[in-house]
Amino acid sequence: MMEQSRLKEPIISIKNLYYHYGQANVLENINLDVKKGDFLGLVGPNGSGKSTLIKCILGLQQAQKGEVLLFGEQAAKFRRWDKIGYVSQKASSFNTSFPATVFEVVSMGLFGKVGLFRFLKREHRIKVKEALEAVGMDAYSSRNIGELSGGQQQRVFIARALVSEPELLILDEPTVGVDALSADTFYQMLKDLHRERNMTLLLVTHDVGVMSDYVTNVACLNKTLHFHGKTDEFEKVSKEKLSSFYGHKVHVLDHTH
Amino acid sequence: MSFMAFLEALFQYEFLQKALWTSVMVGIICGVLGCFIILRGMALMGDAISHAVLPGVAISYMFGVNFFFGAVLTGVLTAIGIGFVSQNSRIKHDMAIGIMFTSVFAVGIIIITLMKSSADLYHILFGNVLAVRTSDMWMTLSIGLLVITLVTLFYKELLVSTFDPTMAQSYGLPNKWIHYILMVVLTMVTVASLQTVGIVLVVAMLITPAATAYLLTNRLWVMIYMAAGFGVISSVLGLYFSFTYNLASGATIVLVSAFFFAAAFFFSPSQGLLWKSFKARKNRASLS
Repeated sequence: MMEQSRLKEPIISIKNLYYHYGQANVLENINLDVKKGDFLGLVGPNGSGKSTLIKCILGLQQAQKGEVLLFGEQAAKFRRWDKIGYVSQKASSFNTSFPATVFEVVSMGLFGKVGLFRFLKREHRIKVKEALEAVGMDAYSSRNIGELSGGQQQRVFIARALVSEPELLILDEPTVGVDALSADTFYQMLKDLHRERNMTLLLVTHDVGVMSDYVTNVACLNKTLHFHGKTDEFEKVSKEKLSSFYGHKVHVLDHTH
Repeated sequence: MSFMAFLEALFQYEFLQKALWTSVMVGIICGVLGCFIILRGMALMGDAISHAVLPGVAISYMFGVNFFFGAVLTGVLTAIGIGFVSQNSRIKHDMAIGIMFTSVFAVGIIIITLMKSSADLYHILFGNVLAVRTSDMWMTLSIGLLVITLVTLFYKELLVSTFDPTMAQSYGLPNKWIHYILMVVLTMVTVASLQTVGIVLVVAMLITPAATAYLLTNRLWVMIYMAAGFGVISSVLGLYFSFTYNLASGATIVLVSAFFFAAAFFFSPSQGLLWKSFKARKNRASLS
C-alpha cells in the first residue's frame, strides 16, 4: 500500500509558489505535496493565505511565481475539474432564498459531467440519491435548500461535491457558522468518507484542536509553510512553537471520545 | 366599453391582433429572463441596460437601420462601462450603474430631440402597442425564440452560475461571459419590448412578474413558467385597458402586473404578509 502510493504521482504538487497582492506578500515559497489517500489539514490564522492557496490550487487565481500541478498537470491547463470536488465557506457565496431543492443543488455537481445541451438521466438521479445517502441527507431531498440549518446545508454541499465521484475533495473552512456539535459529526463524516472511499481530502481550517483528531497529515501556513508532516509528529511539536506561529497563545483542546 | 366590445374589436382590427400577439410574446420573454435577472441580484442592472438602449435606438433611426443593432451596441457598451468603472476605482457597482445609465440615457434624449421627433420619443419611452408593425412582430418572435432556446440549452449553466458563482467558476464555467451574454440578451429583450411597454417601463416587466412568481414557489422551473404566465396575463389585460380607456399601453400593463404582485405579497400561502401575521398571532395566542 505504502509502496504503491509512493510510486504514484502526487495528486497536488505545489512547487516554489509565491503570491503577492500589490506590495504585500501573501504566500512565500510554498512547497507542498498531497498524495493519494492523504487527509491533509491545512491550518493557519486568519489572513495567513489559506484561501489564496486554495484559489491557486483550483486555478481561480494565478500565482506570480512557482507552479501548481494537479494530477501531474499544470493547474492553468487542467480541465478534468470533475476529479476535484470543492466545498467553499458557507458564507462566501450562495443566496439562501434561492428557489432550489436539495436534490437540485446536489445534481448541480453533475453538470460538469453531463455536458452542454444535455439533461439529467436516470443514472444521474440515482447518483444524486446515493450522494445524499452518503452524507445522511436523503430524507431532505425535496426540501428547499434555504430551509435547512447551516450544518445541514454544508452536508448538502458535500453531497454536491461527492456526486461527481471526485478523487480529491477540497473543503475551505466548511464548519464556519456551524455549531460545535454539528461540526463534530461533520468531521466524523469526513473521516468515514476518507476511510471508506479512500478519498483524498484537503481540509482548510483555523481550528487546530478539533481537526487534529481526524486528519492524517497537517500543514501549518502563515505566509510560508511552518510545518508539514504526519499528525502524530505535529502533536509532538511543542506548544510554544505553535504559539509563536500563531502570534499568541494557543490552547490545543483535547478531544477524547 | 366592455370586455366583449374589446373581443369584437380584436376580431375586427388587424392592428389589435398584432398588438395582442406582441404583448403575449413580450410577457413570456420578460417573465423568463426576469427570473434570472432577479435571482442574480441584477434588478438595477436591468433598469440601467434597458435605459442605455435609447441612444442606440435613436442612432439606428437616424441611419435608417433596424434599431436592434444600435440598441445592442449601446446596451453592451454601457454594461462594459459599468464593469470598467467599478473595477478600476473606489466607485461601487450601484454607483457606477447610476452614473453610466443616466448619462447614456441623456445622450439618447438629446439625439432624439435634435431629430425633431418628439412623438417618436414619447412612443419609445412609454410604448405604443397599437402601432406595432408586422416587422416588429416578427422581430419580437425571433428574439423570443432565441431567448427561450438559450435558456433551455443553458439552463444548467445559468442555474449553477446564478446559484453559486464561485462553484460555477471552480467547474470552469466562464461567469464573465455568462454575465455579458445575459446583458446582450437583456438589450434584445428591451428592443422587443419597446413597442409594448417602452424603455422606461421595461424593467417593470422584467422584475414584477418574476418577483410575483418568486413569492409563490420554491422551484426555479415553476417560477419561470409562473413568471411567463403573469407576464402574459398582465400584457393582455393591460392591452385591454389601454385600448378601452385610451391610455399608454406601457403604464396599463405595468399597473396590472403590479396588482398581481401586491396580491401575491399579501396573500401568498408561504410568503404572504397576511398569512405571516396570522400565524404570528396564532403563535402568540398559543404561548399566552
